[in-house]
Amino acid sequence: MAAPLVLVLVVAVTVRAALFRSSLAEFISERVEVVSPLSSWKRVVEGLSLLDLGVSPYSGAVFHETPLIIYLFHFLIDYAELVFMITDALTAIALYFAIQDFNKVVFKKQKLLLELDQYAPDVAELIRTPMEMRYIPLKVALLQCFPQCYFSCLSDIPVSVPTHLVCPRTPLSPPAAVHTCENEEQSLLDLFLGVCHDVCGKPSGNHLPLLLPSQLLGFHPRSLWLYINVFFYTIPLAIKLKEHPIFFMFIQIAVIAIFKSYPTVGDVALYMAFFPVWNHLYRFLRNIFVLTCIIIVCSLLFPVLWHLWIYAGSANSNFFYAITLTFNVGQILLISDYFYAFLRREYYLTHGLYLTAKDGTEAMLVLK
Amino acid sequence: MGLLSDPVRRRALARLVLRLNAPLCVLSYVAGIAWFLALVFPPLTQRTYMSENAMGSTMVEEQFAGGDRARAFARDFAAHRKKSGALPVAWLERTMRSVGLEVYTQSFSRKLPFPDETHERYMVSGTNVYGILRAPRAASTESLVLTVPCGSDSTNSQAVGLLLALAAHFRGQIYWAKDIVFLVTEHDLLGTEAWLEAYHDVNVTGMQSSPLQGRAGAIQAAVALELSSDVVTSLDVAVEGLNGQLPNLDLLNLFQTFCQKGGLLCTLQGKLQPEDWTSLDGPLQGLQTLLLMVLRQASGRPHGSHGLFLRYRVEALTLRGINSFRQYKYDLVAVGKALEGMFRKLNHLLERLHQSFFLYLLPGLSRFVSIGLYMPAVGFLLLVLGLKALELWMQLHEAGMGLEEPGGAPGPSVPLPPSQGVGLASLVAPLLISQAMGLALYVLPVLGQHVATQHFPVAEAEAVVLTLLAIYAAGLALPHNTHRVVSAQAPDRGWMALKLVALIYLALQLGCIALTNFSLGFLLATTMVPTAALAKPHGPRTLYAALLVLTSPAATLLGSLFLWRELQEAPLSLAEGWQLFLAALAQGVLEHHTYGALLFPLLSLGLYPCWLLFWNVLFWK
Repeated sequence: MAAPLVLVLVVAVTVRAALFRSSLAEFISERVEVVSPLSSWKRVVEGLSLLDLGVSPYSGAVFHETPLIIYLFHFLIDYAELVFMITDALTAIALYFAIQDFNKVVFKKQKLLLELDQYAPDVAELIRTPMEMRYIPLKVALLQCFPQCYFSCLSDIPVSVPTHLVCPRTPLSPPAAVHTCENEEQSLLDLFLGVCHDVCGKPSGNHLPLLLPSQLLGFHPRSLWLYINVFFYTIPLAIKLKEHPIFFMFIQIAVIAIFKSYPTVGDVALYMAFFPVWNHLYRFLRNIFVLTCIIIVCSLLFPVLWHLWIYAGSANSNFFYAITLTFNVGQILLISDYFYAFLRREYYLTHGLYLTAKDGTEAMLVLK
Repeated sequence: MGLLSDPVRRRALARLVLRLNAPLCVLSYVAGIAWFLALVFPPLTQRTYMSENAMGSTMVEEQFAGGDRARAFARDFAAHRKKSGALPVAWLERTMRSVGLEVYTQSFSRKLPFPDETHERYMVSGTNVYGILRAPRAASTESLVLTVPCGSDSTNSQAVGLLLALAAHFRGQIYWAKDIVFLVTEHDLLGTEAWLEAYHDVNVTGMQSSPLQGRAGAIQAAVALELSSDVVTSLDVAVEGLNGQLPNLDLLNLFQTFCQKGGLLCTLQGKLQPEDWTSLDGPLQGLQTLLLMVLRQASGRPHGSHGLFLRYRVEALTLRGINSFRQYKYDLVAVGKALEGMFRKLNHLLERLHQSFFLYLLPGLSRFVSIGLYMPAVGFLLLVLGLKALELWMQLHEAGMGLEEPGGAPGPSVPLPPSQGVGLASLVAPLLISQAMGLALYVLPVLGQHVATQHFPVAEAEAVVLTLLAIYAAGLALPHNTHRVVSAQAPDRGWMALKLVALIYLALQLGCIALTNFSLGFLLATTMVPTAALAKPHGPRTLYAALLVLTSPAATLLGSLFLWRELQEAPLSLAEGWQLFLAALAQGVLEHHTYGALLFPLLSLGLYPCWLLFWNVLFWK
C-alpha cells in the first residue's frame, strides 16, 4: 500500500506548489472563510517583525499566537511554504498508518466478539470484512490532503505543532486515555494518534480559555459560555462511548470544529477527512441528503453574501452571521446523525437486524 | 426536530412527496411566473419616496442661465473635434482652465482581445481630460462627478458644452461643500474604466493608464450625460450597470423630483410614465417597462458610463437627451437647471447614499418593487428543482435500501446494496467531461482566433463567435456516459443519480446568481427549470431533446434579443435577429475581457456544463 500513498503525496505536493504560485493564492489568502484572526499568517509575520524591532509582539492587538510559534518560525520564516507542505504530508502519512492500525484493532475486536457469540445470529451483513476496509486509510489520507490543500496552504496557516505539544488538549485526552487503558500494546500508537490529531489539527479554540486574557481577542464573559460548550460534551460522550475511543475522538474533534470561535474551512476539512473510516454507517444515516444539501448550499452562499455585503453594499454582517449559523446547524445535525447511526449499528449487532415486536410485526427503532 | 427523527412522520411525508410530486412542481412553477407578473400591480409595487433625509427637505432655487454659452462651447468642440478626428485635448484643457477649473489629463491604452466590430476598434489609445472644481471652504475629502463619455459613434458635443457652461456657473458659487470633477472621456466606456481604475489605484481589467496627477477625495455620486442635440423632447434615464448592479434608488428619486419640478419629460427604458395605476392599462405598460429592465439587467452590460462607477460603490446614473418628434422641446437651460438642482442636493449629503434600496425593479419611474417582494418568484421556481431532487433521492433510496423494509422472514439473500463508491464513480466521467467542455468554451475562442483566421477566410471577431458556436454544438454530440458500472438489478440508478446531482448543481447556481443579479437568475430559471425537471431517457426523446435545445442558455439569449426588440416596438426579422445574436456574443466575450462582465463566464463555466448534464441524462442508454 506504500505506492498509492506515495503517489497521493506527490500529487498533493505538486498541486499545492502549483496553486501557491498561481494568482489564486493572493485571492484566497484574503478570504475570511479560510483565514481567521486565530490562524492568519500575516499576523505571525507581524509578530516576528515586531520582535525583530525589539518590541513585544503582544503589545499590539494583532498577534495571538503562543511564544513557541515565534521561536519556531524565527528560524523557518524563509522556508515557510516548505514547512507547511512537509508538515501536511507528515500528517497525511501519520493518519494513514494510524487508521491502518485502527482497522486492525477493529477487526481483531470483531473476531473476538464473534467467537464469544456476542452478536445476534442474523447480522452477517453488518460485519466488516478486511476487503472493504482495505482502502480506507488511503481514502482518509486523500481526503486530508486535498481539501486542506486547496485552502489552508494557500492561506499560509501555520501548523501549531509546538502549541499543541505544550498546551494540554483537555477534551482530547479522555479518548486517548480510554484507548490506552484498553489495549496496552497499542498505547504507543495512541500517543502517536493523539499527537497526530494535534499535528493535523490547525489551531483550534479548545485551548483558548487557557491562554492569557491579554492574548484573547475580545474576551468577554458571555462568549465564555460558547467555549464552555466544547467541554460540556466531553464527559457524557466519554461515558457513552467508553468502548469506542476513536469514534469518541472523531465526535470530539467535530464538536471542537463546530464551536470554535473563528471557524474556517480547515477545521471542517479536518474532521471530514475521517468520513471514510465510518463508511459502513452510511446505510443507517437518515438525513444525509438534506444535510449534504444544507452544507453545500451554505458553503456556496458564503462568498455570495460576502460579495453582497462588502461590494454591493446592500446586505450586512447579519446575513454572514446567519449563514454561519446555518452551516453550524447543518454540521451539528450531521454529527448527531453519525452518532445515531453508530449507536443503531451497535444495537443491531447485539440484538439482530430484523426486529420484531411482541406480536410479530415489524418494530421500529426510535431514538429517545 | 420531530420531522428529522420520527420515522412515522418521515414515512408519511415521503409518501406525500412522491405521490403529489408532479402537481406540486407544476403548481410551484406557475406560482413563480404568476408572482412575477403580479409585481406590477399595486399592492406589490409601491410609489417611490426619498429616503435620505439630507436630500429631502431642502429647497433649491436653480439659477443656471448659460444656455447660449453652452451652445457656443458645443459648436467649438464639434468643430475642433472634426478637425482633429479625436478628442481635442488642448482645446478642452484651455477652455476648462479659462472657466476656472484645475485641469489634468490622463492617457490610456489597451489592446482588445480581438477587434471590436461594433465600435471598429482594436488597439485603443486615448486621453481623458478632467477638471476639478475645489470646494471653497472644505477639505477635499468628498467629491461629485459629472462625466461626458465621447466615443467615435456619438460625439455628445452638446453634453460637453453644457458641462463647460455648468462648470463656469458652479465656479461662481460659494456653497459647494464637495469637490466637483468634470470628466470628459475618450472612447466612451474604455476611457471611463481607465479613469476609475487610476482614481481608485486598482487594476482589474488590464488597462494601461498613466497615473492621475490630481484627485478630489472619495466620490459620493456621479452623473453621466449624453446629449447630441440643441433641444431635447425628453430625458431618458438608465440605471442598470455592470453585472446588473443598480445605483441607490434615492439617486433616481432625486432625478425624478427635479424632472417634475422643472416640468421636464422623463422616460425610463424609453417609455413614458403611465398615469393611472388603478385600471389595467397602467400595470400593463408597467409590465412592458419591467420586462425591459429585467432584460437589460440580465445582460449584465453597463448601459452607459454610470455602469462602471457602480463597481466602486459610487452611485451613478446616465441621462440621455432624446430628440423625437414631439412638439414641445426643452433647451439646454432646462437640462442645466435640472443638473444644477441635482448637484446642489447631492452637495447636502452627509454620508454615502445608503438609506434607500440597492436591489429593486422599476415598473415605472415613480414605482418600484423591492427585493423582499420579488424574491419569492425565483424561490418558487427553484422549489421545483428541490422537489424533483427530493423525489429522485427517495426513489434511489428505496431502490437501494430494500433491506430496511420488513421481511416477515428475511427473504432471499439480497446482495449488499451497491456501495456509494460505485454510484459516485459512474458520475465522475459525465461531470468531468461537461466541465471540460465548459472550460473549452470559455478559453478556446479567444485563444484560438489566430489559428482559425489562418485556416478559414474569416475575420478575428467572426472567428471567435463561430468557434463559440462550434464548441457549443460539439458538446451536444459527445458521448458522455461510461457504461461500465451499471448494476444489473437497478439500471435506472445511473441516470437518476446523475440527474439528482445536475438538479442540485443547477439549483445552487441559479440561487447564487439570483441573489446578486435577480433578473439573470429569474430569466434562466424560467427557461431551464421545466426542461431540467422533465429530462429523462424514457418517453418521447425527440420532443424532450427539442425542448432542451430550445431552453439552452444560447437559445435563451437569442429569444431574449427578440423579446427585447419586440418590447421596444422595433421587431426583428429572423436574419436581423441572427446578426444581432452574433454581435451580442462577440460583445459578451469582449466585455468580459475589457470590463470584467460576468455573463460570459457564468454561462460558459457554470450553466452550459450543467445543461450538458441534462443532455446526458436524456441520452442515457
